[in-house]
Amino acid sequence: MNDAIAIPMNHGLLLAAMLFMIGLIGVLVRRNIILILMSLEIMLNACGLAFIVAGAHWGIADGQVMFMLILSIAAAEVSIGLGLLLQVHRRFRSLDIDQANRMVG
Amino acid sequence: MLELGLFYIAATVSLVSTIMAVTRYNAAHALIYLIISLLASAIIFYLVGAPFAAVLEVVIYAGAIMVLFVFVIMMLNLGASGDVQEHVLLKPAMWVAPSILCIILFAEIVYVLSKSEQLLAAQVVGPKAVGLELFGPYVLAVEIASMLLLAALVGAYHLGRSYFVDARSGRS
Repeated sequence: MNDAIAIPMNHGLLLAAMLFMIGLIGVLVRRNIILILMSLEIMLNACGLAFIVAGAHWGIADGQVMFMLILSIAAAEVSIGLGLLLQVHRRFRSLDIDQANRMVG
Repeated sequence: MLELGLFYIAATVSLVSTIMAVTRYNAAHALIYLIISLLASAIIFYLVGAPFAAVLEVVIYAGAIMVLFVFVIMMLNLGASGDVQEHVLLKPAMWVAPSILCIILFAEIVYVLSKSEQLLAAQVVGPKAVGLELFGPYVLAVEIASMLLLAALVGAYHLGRSYFVDARSGRS
């Protein structure tokens, strides 16, 4: 296996911050529940990228361990989110999240 | 030097495809762009010396989680009805204010990151080191992750049942 490359650390973290910001804008702007869940995935992936880059800075495995935990969190989040999405679609016949902004007390 | 260029190419592909994914009207098109973004992230993981994380990114993120999205989009069979409202909601008046706030936060991060000039340690951390770390000091986190996945399994099973709507709202 060839050696890894020595990229500047702040460029990797900057990429993670950019991806996180795009995901955050997606969560704030989009009104389709599928797109909101996908933007959340982008944000979690950006967090994982930041962990990997930080772990690669010191050459230790902790960053990859944290990435695997983020991976399991993303899997749990998306399964619950898609279950809720199916319920919303079944009840409101729409994926617009503004349809579901009233609480039933 | 060539590898450094590979990093910037993969970063550009990741950024462009993520922007395309967030701005698409059609959910299926957004999903394809998101998969491209995840594959570019996997290349970056490999380049910075985390090959095991790169494999997991392809297999679990781009494979398993995205397939869940594909299944749901196919189940709902949305068609063109949702696109009209998305056109209304994606006018500049709707997205300018949140974007400006996010860009202010991003500028702060850029300012903080611009003060450091450190390089990454150019060494590969293989699957063996990750496994030793995972089942050594982090074994409690593995247990917590398994509990989380079990809770997600039970929750997804409960939410996916068809009588849930009928029992709560009283209509068939």
